[in-house]
Amino acid sequence: MKKSYLAVFLFVLATLGAAWAQSPTQLRFCLRSEPKTFNPLLVEEDSSDTVRYLTGGVLVRLDRESQKLEPSLATAWKLSKDGRAITFTLRPGGKFSDGTPFSADDVAYTVQQMMDPSLHSPVGDTFRSGNGKTETKVLSPTKIMITFPAPVAGLDRLFDGVAIMSSKSPKKEMAVLGAYYIAENKAGSYLILQRNPNYWRHDASGRQLPYIDSVRLDIQQNRDLELLRLERGEIDLVNSIDAEYYEKLKTDKPALAHDAGPSLDSEHMWFNQIAAAPIPDYKKAWFQSTSFRRAISESINRADLARIAFRGHAQPAIGMVSPANQFWFNSKLQPHPFDQKSALQRLQQDGFRMHDGVLSDSGGHPVEFSIVTNAGNKYRERMATMIQQDLSGVGIKVNVVTLDFPSLIERITRTFNYEVCLLGLVNTDLDPNSVMNVWVSSAENHQWNPSQKTPATAWEAEIDRLMRAQASSLDDHKRKQYFDRVQEIAWEQEPFIYLVTKNALSAVSSSVANAHPVVLRPQVFWNVDELKLASEMAEKK
Amino acid sequence: MKAARVFAISFLLAISLACAAAGWLAPSGYAHQFREIPNAPASSQHWLGTDDLGRDRFARLLYGTRVSLLLAPAAALLSSLLAALVGGIAGFSGGRLRKVVMAGTDLFLSLPWLFLLITVRALLPLNLAPLTSVVITFALLGCLGWAAAARVICADAGSLRHSDFLLLARASGIGGWRLVSRHLLPNLMPVIYAQFWLSIPLFILTEANLGILGLGVSEPLPSWGSLLRELESYSSIASNPWQFVPLVLLIAVVSCFHLLVMDRELPA
Repeated sequence: MKKSYLAVFLFVLATLGAAWAQSPTQLRFCLRSEPKTFNPLLVEEDSSDTVRYLTGGVLVRLDRESQKLEPSLATAWKLSKDGRAITFTLRPGGKFSDGTPFSADDVAYTVQQMMDPSLHSPVGDTFRSGNGKTETKVLSPTKIMITFPAPVAGLDRLFDGVAIMSSKSPKKEMAVLGAYYIAENKAGSYLILQRNPNYWRHDASGRQLPYIDSVRLDIQQNRDLELLRLERGEIDLVNSIDAEYYEKLKTDKPALAHDAGPSLDSEHMWFNQIAAAPIPDYKKAWFQSTSFRRAISESINRADLARIAFRGHAQPAIGMVSPANQFWFNSKLQPHPFDQKSALQRLQQDGFRMHDGVLSDSGGHPVEFSIVTNAGNKYRERMATMIQQDLSGVGIKVNVVTLDFPSLIERITRTFNYEVCLLGLVNTDLDPNSVMNVWVSSAENHQWNPSQKTPATAWEAEIDRLMRAQASSLDDHKRKQYFDRVQEIAWEQEPFIYLVTKNALSAVSSSVANAHPVVLRPQVFWNVDELKLASEMAEKK
Repeated sequence: MKAARVFAISFLLAISLACAAAGWLAPSGYAHQFREIPNAPASSQHWLGTDDLGRDRFARLLYGTRVSLLLAPAAALLSSLLAALVGGIAGFSGGRLRKVVMAGTDLFLSLPWLFLLITVRALLPLNLAPLTSVVITFALLGCLGWAAAARVICADAGSLRHSDFLLLARASGIGGWRLVSRHLLPNLMPVIYAQFWLSIPLFILTEANLGILGLGVSEPLPSWGSLLRELESYSSIASNPWQFVPLVLLIAVVSCFHLLVMDRELPA
C-alpha cells in the first residue's frame, strides 16, 4: 500500500511540475471598442487595426523604434526607376496559420483585392496615384512584380500596412501570416489570439517567435476601469493613456508609466478664411491677414498650455511636423515665441489700436471672435480657456464655445459657420504624402479654406507646387528639400496655429519584458513577437 | 417639520447671502488663472484649492451657485406660468379643447429633452457673452419644462371645474376673467406653487447635466455643472477631496428645496 501511495504522489508531483513548466503565457490588454472587421484590407478604426497588426504578416515592416524599413515576409525588394513598380523577393517555405503554403500568388491576390475599386479598401487608397489598373506579375513562387499606373512616392514603405491574405485557404482572412491568429471571438467581450504555429520569425538562438503563447483583448470602453485593471494586474499594458491618467499612475505605480517623448500628434487651431463663410467681412479681413495670425500665435503661451493643460506631458509645437518624425521634421524651425509686446506691434502695423484695454481694428470694430471645439475633450476645453485669458492680454475678447461633435463637424465642413476652430491631428504615418489631403488647396481637408478651385493666395499656390513635386519625386532627399520648404511656409503663414505636440504616454506592467514604448503606433506592442512575460522568464531560469 | 423648514430657509438664505457677497469673499474672481499653482490643495489663500487651470475653486463655487440659484427659479417661474396657462385653460375648458391640448402636451413630453437642448444649443450664435448664454440656457429650460406641470394643473383645474363653489359662482352670474381670477386661480395656486418649487431643483440638475457634457455655461463663467465635471475622473478624487464640495452643496440645496415643498404639502 505504501508503495502505491508513493507512486501516486510521485505521479501527481510530476504532472504538476510538467504543467507548471509548460504553463501557457498570455499577454492581456484592452481594446476601446469592438473591432468592426477582421478583413485587413477594410480596416478603418483603431481596434480593427490592432487585430490586423497582431495577426497580419506584411512584406516589409517599419521598425517603430528606428523608423527604418526592414525585411519581413520579403527578404529583399527593388523599386523601378520610374517609381511605378516594385519587385519583391519572398521568404521561401512560408506557411499560413492553417498550414496553407505562402507564395507570390498570395501577394498577387492581396494586391488585386486591395486595388479593386468595388472593395473601397482604405489601405488601397494610399496606393492610388493615378487612373488605370494595377498589374501583378508572378515571376516565380518567391518573386513578384507589382506595377502601378502612376509613380507612388514611398511605395515600399506603404506595404507595412498591407497584411497578406491567402488566395487558397478556405479560412479566407482568418488564415494569417502574423505572430498570432484569432482563436476565439466573444462578440462585445473579448478576443483571444493564439500563437501562429507557422510564424516565420525566429530569435537569434533559433527559437520560434512569438515568446508569448496568446494575447487576450478585452473590450473595455471606460479608461478609468482600464487603468484600475492595470494597477490590479488584470491587464499587462495600456497602449496609449492621456496626461491625467499618466500623472495618477506615476504617483501610484511609477514603474508602470512610460513617456516616450513627443508623439506625432498635435493640437492646433485655425481661422476661417473661406470667402463665402457667413461671418462679417471685417472679421474675414482679420483672419486672412498673416500679421494678425502671427500676432495671435505670439500672444499664446504654449509652454503654459503644455505644462498646465497636459500636465507637462506635451511640448510647445513647432510646426506641422513633430520632431518625433526623425527624417521629415525640419530641424531649422523653432517654436513661435510667446511675446505679447511683439504681437501688439504686429497688430498696430496692421492698423489695430488698443484703447481702454480693448483692441479695435481700423474700422473701429472691437476684436472679438469665438473659438469652437468639441465638448467633452477636457484638454481642448482647457486650452481654449487658457487662450481666452492669453488673448485678453492683448485686448482681444474670445468666446469659448463647446459643441457636440456632429454639430462641430457640420459647421467646419458644411455650413462653415464658425470663426476659429480648435482641434487635434492624429498622424499615423511619417510620410508627407499622408498630409496631401490637408495641405493641397483643392483638398477637402484643407480646413481653413477647403476645396479651392484655384489657390487663393500665392503661398498656398507655392505649397501646392511643392507638395506635388515631393509626391512625384523618388529621391527621398529631394522630397525632403521640398517638404522642408512647405514646413517653412506653413511656419511663416500659420494657417494652422500649432499649439502643442502631445507626448506618447503608455503604461506597461513590470511583468512584461522587452517592452520599449515608442511614439509610432502601436506604441507598446509594436514588437509583440519579442515581448516576454516575467512568469515565462522565471521558468526559463 | 417646521424646524426643518426653518433650517431649509436659513440655509438657502445663508447660501444666497454668501453668493451675493462673492466679490468680497473671493476677491480673486472666478476667471483669473493662477498658473503657477494649478490643482493646489486648500490653503489660506484658496479655501478650496485651485482647479486644473489654477482658478480659485471657492470663488468659482460662489459665482457658480449664484448663477444656478438666480436662474433656476427664474426658469421655474417661466415654466410654471406656461404650465398654468396651458393646463389651466385646458382643464377649465374641458371637452375637445382639453383633449387637443393634452395630446399636444403628451407629444411635447415625448420629445427627448436632452437632445433637443443640445440641438438648440448648437444652433445658438457663437459670439454670445457667457452670461447671455446661461440666461438663454435657462430660458430654454423654462420653455421646455412646462409640459409635465401642465398635466398636473390641467387635472386639478378639471376637478375644480365641477366643484360646488364654482358652480355656485356661475349660478350667481359670475363669469369670464372674474371667475378665473377670484375663484379658479386661488384654488390652483397650491398646485402651481408646488410645481414651481419642484421645478427649481430639476432645472438645476438639468443645467448640471448639460455642464457635465460640456454644453452648459460658456467659459469662464462657472456653474454647478462645470464644477461637477471635476468629478468625472474618479481616479483623481481621492487626492482631491475638496472637489466634492460643489456636489455636497448641490445635494444640500436641492434637499432644502424639497423640504420646503414637502412641508407645505404635509397636513398641519
